[in-house]
Amino acid sequence: MRLEPREQQTVALSFGLPMLALIFSMAVCAGLVMLSGASPFQVFGLMIKGAMGSQFALLETLTRATPLIFTGLAAAVAFRAKLWNIGAEAQLYIGAVMTAVLGTGLLPLPWPLLWPVLMFSAMLGGALVLSIPTLLKTRFGVDEVVTTLLLNFIILLFVSMLLEGLLKDPMGLGWPQSKKVIADAQLPRLITGKRLHLGFVVAIAAAVIMWVIDRRSALGYEMRAVGHNAKAAHFAGIPVNRVLAKTALLSGGLAGLAGWSEVTGLKGNLTLDLSPGFGYTGIVVAMLAMLHPLGVIAAAIFVAAVFVGADAMSRTAGVPSYIAHVMVAVSLLAMVTAIMLTRYRVRWR
Amino acid sequence: MEALEILFTASLWAAAIRIASPLIFGTLGELICERAGVLNLGIEGIMTAGAFSGWLAVFLGGDLWLGVAVAALVGAVLGLLHGFLVVPLGLSQHVTGIGITLLATALSYYAYRLAFPEVTSPPKIEPFQPFPVPVLSDIPVLGPALFQQTPLTYLAFIMVGLVSWFLYRTPAGLAVRTVGENPAAAEAQGMNVTTVRLLAVMAGSALMGIGGSFITLSAFNSFFFEMTNGRGWICIALVVFGAWRPGKALLGAILFGLFDAYQLRLQQLAGAVVPYQLFLMLPFVMSIIALIVMSRRVAYPRALMVPYRKGER
Repeated sequence: MRLEPREQQTVALSFGLPMLALIFSMAVCAGLVMLSGASPFQVFGLMIKGAMGSQFALLETLTRATPLIFTGLAAAVAFRAKLWNIGAEAQLYIGAVMTAVLGTGLLPLPWPLLWPVLMFSAMLGGALVLSIPTLLKTRFGVDEVVTTLLLNFIILLFVSMLLEGLLKDPMGLGWPQSKKVIADAQLPRLITGKRLHLGFVVAIAAAVIMWVIDRRSALGYEMRAVGHNAKAAHFAGIPVNRVLAKTALLSGGLAGLAGWSEVTGLKGNLTLDLSPGFGYTGIVVAMLAMLHPLGVIAAAIFVAAVFVGADAMSRTAGVPSYIAHVMVAVSLLAMVTAIMLTRYRVRWR
Repeated sequence: MEALEILFTASLWAAAIRIASPLIFGTLGELICERAGVLNLGIEGIMTAGAFSGWLAVFLGGDLWLGVAVAALVGAVLGLLHGFLVVPLGLSQHVTGIGITLLATALSYYAYRLAFPEVTSPPKIEPFQPFPVPVLSDIPVLGPALFQQTPLTYLAFIMVGLVSWFLYRTPAGLAVRTVGENPAAAEAQGMNVTTVRLLAVMAGSALMGIGGSFITLSAFNSFFFEMTNGRGWICIALVVFGAWRPGKALLGAILFGLFDAYQLRLQQLAGAVVPYQLFLMLPFVMSIIALIVMSRRVAYPRALMVPYRKGER
C-alpha cells in the first residue's frame, strides 16, 4: 500500500472522516463494554445521561472541561510550532503552586488587583517550567519530548515536598494540602450553588485570544512557519529559536492558568490530586481539535463529557470508568488517522 | 563516611542490577525501534501492558515463563499498531506514541478493574525466585551482586549480547540499521523499508513488554496502578545516553540502577534531614543531565522520526 496526496480536500471528507473516527472509537468501546457483560446501548445511554442529561450533569461537564480547554490550548499552540510539549501536567502544577504561594494570604490585595497578579504569576510559573526543556532543545538539541515528560515526575515530587513542608496547611489534620486561598483570590461561581466557575469564561476568552494570535498576528504566522518547516522558516529570515521561546512562554502560561483556575475556581487549595492527568488529556483535546484554538473548546467539552459520563455510568452499570480513558485514547489515534486520510488517499497495489 | 561504605556492599550492587533489569529490556526495545528510524513513545504504556498481561497470565494458572511470553506477545501486538500507524501511514511518531501509551495503560487498567472489580489488596502470585549460578555465585561481592539474581535478569544480560550480535553481525540487523540511516539506499538495495521497520518495532515492543513483566513477575508479585512510574521514559533517555549502542545502553542502565539503589540507601541514612522527594527526583534529574551531556556527542540514526514514502524526497 502507498499514500498519494489528494488533489483536493472535499468538505465531505473533512467532516465525514473525523465523524467516522469517533464512530470507530465508540465501536471499539462497545466491544470492550460487551466483555463486561453489560449492554453497550445501555452503557452509552447512561454515559450521555450522566454527561448532559440534566442541568447538574451539563454543568459538571463544563466544569471538567475548563482545565482541559487550558491544557488543550497549551498543547495546540506548542504542537502548531512542532514544539512537543508533553509537560502540561507539570506546568499546571507549578501554576497552582504559584497561586497557592501568593493567594493564601501573602498578598492581601482586593480582588481586582489580586486576580491579575495571580493569573500572571501562574502563567509565569508554567512558562518558566516549559522554558527549561525549550532552552535545552534550542541550545543543546535535547529532545523536548523526553525532558518535558521527565519534568512531569520531578515537578510532581517537588509539589509533594512543598505540601509536606513549606506549603503545608497547619490546620490540615496532617493531610498534604495547602491552606485555602483567601476570599479575594477565589473566582465566583457562575450559578450560585453550582460548581461551574468564572474560570470557564476565562478559558473561552483564552481560546478566542489564541485564535486571534494564530490567525491575525505575525507571531501566529511565524509559529506556523516554524512548525511546517523550521529550516525553510530560518532561510526566510524567521528567528526560529526566538519563535520557539515565545511559543513555550504561551504554551506553558496556558497550562499554568489551568492550575490557577482549578485552585481559585474549584478546589480552593492545592493538593496532590489537583489534576487527574489534565496535562496529558490536553494533548488528546488538541489533536481532536486539529490544533484549532476554537475547536479546542468543543473537543474539551467532548472529552470532559466522556469522563463525566463514564464516572456516572460506572456507579450504576458497574462497567469500570477506565472505559473513558480507552475511548479518549482510541479517538486520539483514530482522529490523527482520519486527518491524514483527508489529505492522502491510500492506493492498494 | 557511612555513605561511602555503602558503595562497597554486595547488596547495593545486587539491588542496582535488579533495578536495571527492566530498564535493560526497555532500553534494548526502544533502541531497536529507533535504530530502524521509529521513535516509540508507546514504551511507557507497553511496559504497563506487559506488566499487567504477564501477571494476569500467571495469576490465571500459567507458568511464569508463559507470563513472560504473553507480555512479549502483547508488546508485539501494540508495537504492530504503533508501527502500522507511523510507518505505512506516516503519522506523527510523537502523537501516535503518546496515544499508544494512553491506550495501552487505559486497556490494562480497564481489564484489571474488569477482572477484579472490588479487591482492596492486590492479588498476589508466586514470582521468579533468585537462581544462584553454581560456582560463580560464590565469588565474593561479585557473586551475590551478579549471580544470585532471578532468571529474568540473566535473560536481560543475554539479550544485550543477542541484540548486539543481531544488529552488527546479521543481514537482518544490517537491514534494520540501514532503514534507520538511509531508507532510500535500503530501498535501492532491494529491501522493503516498510516491512523491516514494522518488524523492528514489533520486536522492540516485545522486549518492552518483557521489561514490563519483570516488574510484576520478578520485582514484585502483584499488579497495581501507576507501577511503571516513568520507567519507559527513562529508557528513552538511556537510549540517547547509550548512543544507540546496546553495550553502552547496558552500562547506562546499570549506572542508573546503581544510582537509584544508592539514593534509596542514602534516603534511609539522611531521611530525617532531607525530604525523601529530593531523593526520588534524582533519577529523573540524572536522566535529563545525561541527555544534556550526551546531546553534542552522539550520532543518532539519520532517519529517526522521518517517515519514508516511496518516490518522495
